[in-house]
Formats: sequence, C-alpha cells, structure tokens
Amino acid sequence: MLRRMRKSTVYFIAGGLIIFVVIQLLLSLGILNNYWRGIIFWGAAISMVALGLNLIYGFNGQFSLGQYGFYAIGAYASADITYRWVHSDPSGIVVVLFGSLLTLGLYVAVTAFLRRFYGVTVMARFTFYILATILAFAIAVAGLVPLLGPAVNSILQVLPAAISRQIVFFVALLGGACLAGIASFLFGIPVLELGSDYFGIATLGFTIIVKVLLDNTDTILPFPEMKGARGMIGIPQWTTWPWVFASLLLVILVMRNVLHSSVGRAIVSVREDERAAELVGIDAATTKVLAFVLGSVFAGLAGGIRAHDLAFLHPQSFNFIQSFNPLIIVVFGGLSSMTGTIITGFFWIFLLEGLLRLYLPEGFETWRLVVYPLVLLVMMLLRPEGLFGRYEIPFLRRVLPPLPTKTVEIQEEAV
Amino acid sequence: MWLRLIWAVRLWKSGREIMALLEVKDLYVSYGAIRALHGVSFHVDRGEVVTLIGANGAGKSTTLRTISGLQPADSGSIVYDGVDITRTPASNIVPLGIIQVPEGRRIFAPLTVRENLEMGAFTRKDKREIAESMEHVFQLFPRLKERVEQTGGTLSGGEQQMLAVARALMAKPKLLLMDEPSMGLAPILVEEIFDIIQEINREGVTVLLVEQNAHMALSIANRGYVLETGTIELEGEAQVLADNPRVREAYLGGG
Ligand SMILES: Nc1ncnc2c1ncn2[C@@H]1O[C@H](COP(=O)(O)OP(=O)(O)OP(=O)(O)O)[C@@H](O)[C@H]1O
Ligand SMILES: [Mg+2]
Repeated sequence: MLRRMRKSTVYFIAGGLIIFVVIQLLLSLGILNNYWRGIIFWGAAISMVALGLNLIYGFNGQFSLGQYGFYAIGAYASADITYRWVHSDPSGIVVVLFGSLLTLGLYVAVTAFLRRFYGVTVMARFTFYILATILAFAIAVAGLVPLLGPAVNSILQVLPAAISRQIVFFVALLGGACLAGIASFLFGIPVLELGSDYFGIATLGFTIIVKVLLDNTDTILPFPEMKGARGMIGIPQWTTWPWVFASLLLVILVMRNVLHSSVGRAIVSVREDERAAELVGIDAATTKVLAFVLGSVFAGLAGGIRAHDLAFLHPQSFNFIQSFNPLIIVVFGGLSSMTGTIITGFFWIFLLEGLLRLYLPEGFETWRLVVYPLVLLVMMLLRPEGLFGRYEIPFLRRVLPPLPTKTVEIQEEAV
Repeated sequence: MWLRLIWAVRLWKSGREIMALLEVKDLYVSYGAIRALHGVSFHVDRGEVVTLIGANGAGKSTTLRTISGLQPADSGSIVYDGVDITRTPASNIVPLGIIQVPEGRRIFAPLTVRENLEMGAFTRKDKREIAESMEHVFQLFPRLKERVEQTGGTLSGGEQQMLAVARALMAKPKLLLMDEPSMGLAPILVEEIFDIIQEINREGVTVLLVEQNAHMALSIANRGYVLETGTIELEGEAQVLADNPRVREAYLGGG
C-alpha cells in the first residue's frame, strides 16, 4: 500500500506527523507555555480563514471581505452550543445540528423542485431557500427541542464525561461550520448569481451586519448568554492541539481534493473567463456559490476552534477592519498558493500577536493600522505575486494556472 | 386515451421539425430597454453550413448567444433536434452538442494549449475518447501540437483562433456556432480557417457561421441569411445571395 502512494503523499504524511508530534511534545512538556499555545492555535485558525478566502478570491476570483462575518458566526454558534451544554441545556446541539441537517435536506428538495422549471429568477429561488431555512429552524426550535432534547441529554449523560464532552465539541464545531455555510449560501445566491460587480462591498456590508447583530445578541436577538457588546464569557476551553491539527488538516485536504478535481478546474476557469467557462459547459453561478460556501465553512470551523481556545468572545474582535487580516495574508502568501497562505497565516499571528506584542511598547497597537497598509503597498510594488507566488509543496501541487497578469494583456493585444 | 392522443400529436409535430437540426422562430431578445433582435427566424438543416451575415451591431452575436443560453429570449422559440431549448441554461446546452466558438476567441490565457483543450472536454467523462479527440484535433491543427505546453495567451492571434476552434471540437459538437472566426486574421490564415471549417463539416458537424467577411462565408456555405438591425432581411442559397445586388453592394464591397 505504501509503495503505491506517491512520494509527495508520503512526504506530506510524514511531515504532518512530525509537526503534530513535535508540537504535542512541546506542549505536554510545558516548553511552550499557554501564551505560545494560544499563538499556535490562533495561527491555525487564521490560516483556515485565509485558506477559505484564497479559495474564494485567489482561485475563484471573487473579491470578498466577508470571511470574518462567517468566522464570527462559527465562533458564536459553536460557543453557544457548548455553553448551553455545560449549563445542562442540550437545546443548542439539537437546534444547530438538527436544524442544519433539516435545512440541508430542504435545500436538496427545493433544488430538485426548482430544477423542474426553467427561467426561475434568482430572487424567486432565494425566497424559496430563505423560507426553507426559516421552516427548518422553526421546526428545530419548536418541535425537535422538546422531542429530542431529553433523549440527546440522556444518551450523552450515560457516556463517560470525557467522551461526551468530545462529542459535544465535535457537534459544536460541525454546527458552527454548517451555520456559516448556510448563511453564506443564502447570502451568495442573490449576490453572486446576479453577477454583481459589488460583491466585495456586499460582503463587507455582511461583516458589518454580523458585528452589529453580535453587539445586540441580548437585546435584538434572543441570546442573553452571549451578552451583546459586553462579550460572551464562560465558554469551555476545550480546544486541544489534536483538534486544531485535525481541523486544519481537514481544511487542507478538502481544499486540495476539490481543487484537483474537475470542480477545481471549473472554479479556476470561472476566474479566468466566466463567459468562456460557460461555453465549455461550466455552470458559472453554481461554481461561484460552491466556492463561496466552502470557503465560508472553513471560516466557520476556524471560528469554533478559536472560540474554545480563547473561552471569551467579543464582537469587537469581528470588526470589519479585522476582515482585512485574511485578505492581507492571502495577498502576502500569494493568491492561489495554499502553501503560501498557511505559512503566512501562522507567521502573521506569530509575528504580530506573538513577538511584537511582547517586545514592543504599549502604544504600538494603534500604529498597526498605519503599518498594515504601508507594508501591503510595498508588497504590491515589489512582489505583486505574493511571497510564495504560485509555489506549492508537491503534495498540494498540480499544474495550476498562474495569475492573469501579463498573459491577459498579451491576449488582448492579439485580439 | 387523451394522453395518448396528445402524445401522438406531439410526436407528429416533432417529426416534422426533426428535419431541421436547429429551428429558430420569431426570436425577440433585448438588453435592458434596448431590443437587439426583432423576430428572427431561420433554420439549419443537418450537415449544412449556414451563414449569418450582417453589419456591425445587426445582432449576429446576440443570436448565437441566445442559442447558447447565455442571453435570455424575450419571446420566440429555439428548437434543437426536436427539443425546445429556448430556456435551457448555458451549462445544459453544451452536453446537447451545441458548441460555440465565441467572438474574440476567449481562450483561457494562463492555461496551456493542452489544458485549454482539456477544458473543452469538460462535460465529457470518457478519458479514452477525450484522448482520441485530442489526437484528432492535433491532426487538424498540427500547429497546436507543436505548442501543447505553451500558454494560450502567448499564442499569436491566428493560433488563438485555432485553439478556440479546437477547444470547441473537444466537446464533440453536433452543431458548431462560430462567431466571426476570421476576425483580425491575415488573408492566408482566414483561408486556412475556412478550409478547416469545411473539413469539420465534411466530418458531419453542422455549422452555423457568423461572418463579416461575407465573401468567404458565402463561398463555403450552403445557405445564408442576411441580418439587418435585428431582423432577417434576405435569405437563400449561398450562391444566389452572393449574386444578389443588394448583398453585393452592402457586404461584398460594391461591384
Ligand atoms: N451586453 C450588451 N448590453 C447592451 N447592448 C448590447 C450588449 N451586447 C450587444 N448589445 C447591442 O445589441 C445590438 C446587437 O449586438 P451584437 O453584438 O449582436 O451585434 P453583431 O451583429 O454581433 O455585431 P458585430 O459584427 O460588431 O460583432 C447592438 O446594437 C449592440 O449595441
Ligand atoms: Mg458580433
């Protein structure tokens, strides 16, 4: 079996194992203290968010500032599930998990139903999907909680506490990711399929709306435990290195396999020329929605990981300004380079939140917003293709097309 | 009983239409408030080369885009092989065998020639058949074979046009829609492209050819239509059209 694997796969597995074991050892032996542990986990979360953005922007060409909105949704949703659980209330699990499953089921039904009609307008389809979502969650809240709540509770109580805790955490991460996916799907249908040039602005608006809603979770929204603008406290600190590692690995593998499949070709060719893509039989609108949803699911998963490490969530950390972080990371690491994104993501947190915060004086915080754009500007001038350009480690590599910079000009001249 | 009757009538109707591979009837298309097509009707029979000629802005590209499902029709119908495809989305048109070579080439500039050709076969699954098509395409365009690993954007204009045609062939077309394949090419290359169109047609592919170069188009077509500001003004055998004084004056440069 080993012999039949590609060399690059073997290296990837070996490298992954080494990194996993080394960091686990360093953590277990106490060589890395809690501060650096937090930095590593944070770096992983940011890398996942940035990978999602790279899929949406780097590979599919849709400029998005919405990543932090979905990151926030994933963080708050998963935190709410575990928070309620430790306060002996299984309703979070039931609502988010079963509500999401029900929603997905209804989406499949709605899609099959709508497929029978040609020329259904985007807004009509959007309305159907919104109604399906509301219906699913209404059923989950009103029907499933009293029905399944006690059952879920008793099953989890029977299991040893350590195991049921891991199960609840898993469900929480899954639920956060699903919810982010559902939100991005509902947002993506009208905005992406209408082919709007203002997609970037719309996603920025989305992030701002999410932040405003989070500020008012205890007033407008019925979640007093999230405590609105004061910040949510009392989230169990369940994130461990194996969870972080597994999540990041999952994101990398899913993204790699999608990009190496025919769906990946569709995603990249839509970036290159949407019309030409449609003429070879690619459904451009669906492809864009797919990339967007997948990228947002990654962000949602990262949110859950981050929330359960920090044990504290504040709406301010999902301010729209923060949305530029993954963007800078992706541009820095190289659009459409997964390797570059991951390394830059870790390095970004390591440098800015780790080293600089330790060694620079207090007032440095305020200067960051001056420094970022400057660094970005210099970067754009000196190395527009990003630090890593198109480089990929062999396992992730495939002859992926370069960015449309010079070649496009040549083509236009030739036409 | 009633259902059977309806079914029989349908079969009879479609049997009549099956004569033409493509039948466009009374097509109206607009861009916002601007109407580009005012009731265009024409048909393309199996195995034919039919050309659609007309001045800039007559609506030739609009017609092709609407057939390909890239532009919605206001009214009218497009029937292909007996099936109404007026409201079929673009991604479902390609598997039916209607492939368009778009205006201005629109190849994937950063992809290599090989990757461009592979993209052309996006809707096909059988790897071996795809490889066979690729071989066949290289026979038609030996020049592309020499440049398989070159990126599309670095090809010359003529080579890009060949790549665009080759990419379309990779989808196994039954009906090839070509939008001004001669645009911006030197006379020798135009000649070459038209030879290849004839060759493709001999292999059994029906061709609907949109051209400004009416002279060339009419010389290889069976029949032709003249489109003027969104309506068909003239139609007929290619030879008859080429001799028509109005066509000669407007599209064949006088005398
Ligand atoms: N995307 C668009 N938005 C608005 N109007 C359009 C659009 N595309 C085409 N038109 C208009 O529709 C009419 C027909 O255009 P079309 O491109 O079909 O012409 P054409 O016959 O292909 O011309 P050419 O020979 O120059 O390619 C023109 O008046 C054009 O201005
Ligand atoms: Mg045109």
